[in-house]
Amino acid sequence: MSAWKPITQLAADVQAGRTKAVDLVERSLAAIAEHEEYKAIIATLNETAKSRAKVIDEQVANGVKLGRLAGVPFIAKDNFLVFGAETTAASNILRGFTAPYQSTAIERLEAEGAICVAKANLDAFAHGSSTENSDFFTTLNPHDKTRVPGGSSGGSGAAVVLGLAPFALGSDTGGSIRLPASFTGCVGYKPTYGLVSRSGVVAMGSSLDTIGPLAMGVEDAALVLDVMAGKDPLDSTTIAKDPAGYVLPTQALDLTGVTIGVIQEYMTDALSPPIKSEVESAVAKLRAAGAKITQVSLPSLPLGLAVYYVLCPAEVSSNLSRYDGQRYGSFTADAQNLFDSYTRTRETGFGAEAKRRIMVGTYVLSSGYYDAYYKKAQTVRTKIINEFAAVFNKVDYLLGPTAPMTAFKIGENTTDPLQMYLADIMTVSANLAGVPAISIPCGLASGLPVGLQLIAPQHADRKLLQLAQKTEELLS
Amino acid sequence: MIGQDIRSAYTATIGIECHVQLKTQTKLFSGANNDAREAAPNTLVNHIDFGLPGALPVLNQAAVALACKAALALNTEPQRFSKFDRKHYFYPDLPMGYQITQFDEPIILGGYIDIAVDGETKRIGITRAHLEADAGKSTHPAGANYSLVDLNRAGTPLLEIVSEPVMHSAAEAKAYAHELYLRMRYADVSEANLYYGNMRFDVNVSVSKTNELGTRTETKNLNSFRSIERAVEYEIARQIELLEQGDPIVQETRGWDDNALKTFSQRSKEDAHDYRYMPDPDIPPVLLSDEYVAEIAANMNELPDDFRAKFANIGLDAQTTEDVLADPQIARLVGLVYDDAGAEHAKRVAFWTMQPHSNDSQGNSQLQSENGVKPKEVDEASQVKNLIALSKMVSANQLSSTAAKEVLADMLQSGDAPQSIAEAKNLLQVSDEGAIRAIVQAVLAANPRAVDDVRAGEMKAIGFLVGQVMKESRGKANPALATDLIKQELSL
Repeated sequence: MSAWKPITQLAADVQAGRTKAVDLVERSLAAIAEHEEYKAIIATLNETAKSRAKVIDEQVANGVKLGRLAGVPFIAKDNFLVFGAETTAASNILRGFTAPYQSTAIERLEAEGAICVAKANLDAFAHGSSTENSDFFTTLNPHDKTRVPGGSSGGSGAAVVLGLAPFALGSDTGGSIRLPASFTGCVGYKPTYGLVSRSGVVAMGSSLDTIGPLAMGVEDAALVLDVMAGKDPLDSTTIAKDPAGYVLPTQALDLTGVTIGVIQEYMTDALSPPIKSEVESAVAKLRAAGAKITQVSLPSLPLGLAVYYVLCPAEVSSNLSRYDGQRYGSFTADAQNLFDSYTRTRETGFGAEAKRRIMVGTYVLSSGYYDAYYKKAQTVRTKIINEFAAVFNKVDYLLGPTAPMTAFKIGENTTDPLQMYLADIMTVSANLAGVPAISIPCGLASGLPVGLQLIAPQHADRKLLQLAQKTEELLS
Repeated sequence: MIGQDIRSAYTATIGIECHVQLKTQTKLFSGANNDAREAAPNTLVNHIDFGLPGALPVLNQAAVALACKAALALNTEPQRFSKFDRKHYFYPDLPMGYQITQFDEPIILGGYIDIAVDGETKRIGITRAHLEADAGKSTHPAGANYSLVDLNRAGTPLLEIVSEPVMHSAAEAKAYAHELYLRMRYADVSEANLYYGNMRFDVNVSVSKTNELGTRTETKNLNSFRSIERAVEYEIARQIELLEQGDPIVQETRGWDDNALKTFSQRSKEDAHDYRYMPDPDIPPVLLSDEYVAEIAANMNELPDDFRAKFANIGLDAQTTEDVLADPQIARLVGLVYDDAGAEHAKRVAFWTMQPHSNDSQGNSQLQSENGVKPKEVDEASQVKNLIALSKMVSANQLSSTAAKEVLADMLQSGDAPQSIAEAKNLLQVSDEGAIRAIVQAVLAANPRAVDDVRAGEMKAIGFLVGQVMKESRGKANPALATDLIKQELSL
């Protein structure tokens, strides 16, 4: 479906005048129109994208040296603020909100010449694993229109796989980049916590939120990460870039002496057999290529989901407090008083999942329950962090499936939120521990994409991307 | 009214929370200007203060440095580890739906200040002090079906200083508030302008006949020393009266009506919020190194107690000392004059700057601005040099004290040397015997009745004659010399 050249080539073609940025943007917009039925996109930015492309083409004509993403179109999940564009996070409460500033990630991509052509669908406020929690519509899986694309960055995953743009941006709080990558069959990268600025991205769980790319190949994802990564004065939790950057060396990683731990807790009999066999075949190829494979156990991992669904809603309930209809977004005009204004705005503006998380989060932070839930969950989070640190003393990387299932049917899990939450069971721990993780395509199970998850220690993003690239090569 | 005998059966217990606005250029978590005093509503607001989606707070390091100074001014050191938390409640002037504050790991724990009441020194312990962002300002126009919100103040850095509940009278409460005010000014932590609400006080008051504390009330948002004193006084009387009638004290938040001079009920404990505190994940903990704290300590201004010690050496009485302390700039000048030229000149300079106590109801000293000797932005070193030179001219009988005050005003305005001002104004004292003798002779000739009175032994009349000589000489005659010459002329 996708036929975009690698991003470096696209940018080189634009810089050399072989390809017009305007044509790349037109191609992207045409693909978006052609695949509208998949409902991957909330809004296109036709005019601004075309005028930016025109400027880039003029600069090329004038001999200006452009950035590394010159003229390359991309799609941003609609929780990224893009200056002058409506930013809804797929929620009714932010309908009509036009961003008066923009996210650092977008800013840095634009500085290298990339062009945002559209905003992708998501579960409202990134709460979900299927895009079914979008207040607007559900995105369809490019491999099977009766199935979900995963979430919450489901629009971004579908967009990349449908070839709507060479890459898309997502946010990953508990697996929201990796799960759609796994379900749609693309690469989804979740960096070390703090490597990409959260400034200008609608907050979900601030201690867990990470920003990363979805693309068809590891090389493209690595380049996009390299552009976005690094300290940002607007986000105090950001960290410095690896001095070597994230652009991959031409020489592929030599697996000799590399130790990869297969996470036992993720490879149980409960795992769907076709997924297990795809992962095992990937492991066999890595072993054959020289990697040392060991079985490792992180005993607290099964608690990850429970911990996540205490801490994340706690932060969600706090972060969603600002949506009160008093300054921007939707509000109820005929309220009788302040309390009425708050309750009616939030009652009509938030969807069922946002309300569920607000209630759970409010509960676990309430006086008398804080210690039993929030504090205890923080304690277990620390335990999980320590277990990751300990296991990385023994192995260089961790490996497992991205999800226990392939893309499920639309509507299959909507009546049972706990069943829906299980989709995140293998992804949340990387967010709790702040470690980088990637999902890359790993064969098909009953015709649906399977995702292989690779995990590395904090700050080892470059190393992780190198392994991912090597694995991608072995699996192709 | 409660009689003194009943009243004395009760012990009042008072604790004070004070919100100090820190004098930073920008807000606690945003780059917006922090000086909201004269700005039009909602003009000092950026995406962080407005609570836009995706906006992240970034801690202003200048506020941390000021909190460290405050710690030192409270006789303690800042905590090497502190963190920020979110305190949740909904209100239109709180854009994010939570206030960023420090809950369980504040930047200051412990410390104390000494206060003096009726000549007794008492040590008041500090429980804690924490950094937090102020909310915006809501106004509810009378009769309107809307309210107005101004977010200029939203995000202003505050240091909330909480005292131990160890004060027992309105006078102690007032003295504590005043001493805190002086320290925050001297440490350069705050503009400490009470009129603009730079320091706002909440007083917790309870009364009890036993060793067990009574139910307390909190009277919020007092912004003058007098209102603190009066509100405490009022609450003590109100609570004793209630208890004497057999009525319970309701634990509640109260306000102060400065016109009616009464506290009034605002909110009872039943309406108390569950603030759902949680650590703010957007702001990394504040870690301070010993070197950082030492660096701030090395650059601390002198504090009121340093000046009190110095002024005691100068020989200033307690009241004069406190009057001079009302203006840190003046206190510094007096202190520097003492360091450079000794007690005699420092004392004279101190008295020059004196006025009858004129602290207004906001506690703002008007000492120096009223009589025009408020130092201009002339550099301190030359100011000190000039003050010493001026004082020495008085000691050397080159200037009368009246003339010196005239020179002083001009000198502080212009920064010119006193000698040249005195010359230009023709104020130098005449000690030339011949010239003064001529004036004396003329005065004696013109005032025969006074001369007769003096001769008749009414020595008071000499003062009148000296005054006439001073007048004729336009203040330039040396009064001691004039007196001698009058006596000589009259052969006394």
